Amino acid sequence: MSSLTVNKKTRRIIPGFHLSLGYTMLYVSLLVLLPLSMIFIHTMSLSWAEFVNIVTAPRAVASYKVSFSTALAAGLLNVIFGTIIAWVLVRYRFPFKRIIDGLVDLPFALPTAVAGIALTSLYAPNGWIGQFFNFKIAFTPLGIIIALTFIGLPFVVRTVQPVLQNISAEVEEASASLGATRLQTFRKVIFPELAPAILTGFSLAFARALGEYGSVVFIAGNMPMKTEITPLIIMTKLEQYDYAGATAIAVVMLVTSFILLFSINLIQWLANRRFVH
Amino acid sequence: MEQSTFIQQVAPEKNNAATKSVALQEPRFVRYTLTFIALAFLAFFIVLPLVSIFFTAFQKGVDVYVAAITHPDALAAIKLTLTVVAIAVPLNAIFGIMAAWALTKFNFKGKNLLLTIVDLPFAVSPVIAGLVFILLFGSQGLFGDWLFEHDIKIVFALPGIVLATVFVTLPFVARELIPLMQTQGTSEEEASISLGANGFKTFWYVTLPNIKWGLLYGLILCNARAIGEFGAVSVVSGHIRGMTNTMPLHIEILYNEYQFAAAFAVASLMSVIAIITLIVKDIVAWKSKSA
Repeated sequence: MSSLTVNKKTRRIIPGFHLSLGYTMLYVSLLVLLPLSMIFIHTMSLSWAEFVNIVTAPRAVASYKVSFSTALAAGLLNVIFGTIIAWVLVRYRFPFKRIIDGLVDLPFALPTAVAGIALTSLYAPNGWIGQFFNFKIAFTPLGIIIALTFIGLPFVVRTVQPVLQNISAEVEEASASLGATRLQTFRKVIFPELAPAILTGFSLAFARALGEYGSVVFIAGNMPMKTEITPLIIMTKLEQYDYAGATAIAVVMLVTSFILLFSINLIQWLANRRFVH
Repeated sequence: MEQSTFIQQVAPEKNNAATKSVALQEPRFVRYTLTFIALAFLAFFIVLPLVSIFFTAFQKGVDVYVAAITHPDALAAIKLTLTVVAIAVPLNAIFGIMAAWALTKFNFKGKNLLLTIVDLPFAVSPVIAGLVFILLFGSQGLFGDWLFEHDIKIVFALPGIVLATVFVTLPFVARELIPLMQTQGTSEEEASISLGANGFKTFWYVTLPNIKWGLLYGLILCNARAIGEFGAVSVVSGHIRGMTNTMPLHIEILYNEYQFAAAFAVASLMSVIAIITLIVKDIVAWKSKSA
């Protein structure tokens, strides 16, 4: 009767299933699930009306708008320039290419605070770049976009690059031999293959930008209603020991991030399915 | 004729012959324009910030630079950052190996859910990563009273900073190892076990040599993020000078006090670490490709 289950168990030759799975479950439970659940548990102490009151306060709503619009703008900038950079790195040969390729990852390796102060001093009105503009860049939403573009660049380049590398020459040759111009080949053959990767890269950069704090606080100027990002609202509330308020805003951010994460996985799943048939 | 141009086209994939049909190339004008745009963008967003860090750090002379990085507060910050990294990175490395082993060598229900949970810290804002530990261990937190009675400090002390760092860098090693071990399958381990090796020996002599470059790659990324984490650590540190200030927090304080040369001096140290990270990463990526 129970021979079937026993059989199944003995077929698992490799040891360490219970140890490794148990350790993994314990680790993520203590360090990820328990801490994150605190956000939702703590919000329960608020009534629905109080919660709505906090998360729809004018200053909070203004911060959502700032965070969302700057992350979107940075994401779109990264889609355009990140795709061009990936294209140039894969398809063309030029001096110092390997070093330049490596530098694309700098935003991953450089501490966000360091990036923040460097970009601020460059784009400040008297900075190396800022002095050439007769309008302010640092301490305006433009400055936030610049910091978020810096942070998000590798996400787009590094998701598009491998896909571009794997497009086989035969497909492009077939397209060209059938009379397509180079632009037609790009639009009808190459771009459709790249599109899921571009979208994934955009979502990753966008998700990261929504939560980004370190690089933005220096360049943003942090003016309430104008250049205050949502993570900063949480920070400010924490400094005033307003834990309930900070947690309520955190719920809004967490739910947004989870929806984004879910969409990214959905995009990838749909894209994979398209090729498998 | 084509060889003489400065920017040449690389043939996609294997077709690397110099004789490349014109139909598969963009006009030279397009190639030059795209390359110019890409390089100009990288110059403004990557190279110039990097150069400006070192320029500003040495602007007031080597003496100011040396004084800034040998200041007792700076040394304390460097020591704290190293301590945090020395605890957080090995913890996440062991976790990464365990998680990758469980998720790639066995089949079980809820595997995808567990994968998503491992990824969760990437989707959470660093500020929230700090906030959750305040809610757990802060004075108003779940364990706040108990910790106070037993005189244990977690938040605004080393344990809190370590916890926040572990949370933020948790997926790095696992994320590198899981796809790698997935493609390698289980046949080599099965052969080793059936020849009489025990689990640990199998891991040490069969699995580890196969994953060493991936593991190193994950460790480097984990390490870079652990050193530089700002938002999460900022929430739980309490900003006590010489006590709970990590290097990024020390930079923030100096910057806010308009000690720009000093702030950039410490920042330049961290930039050197970042550049070394990139170089090692490149070597590891190249090694793992040729291995």
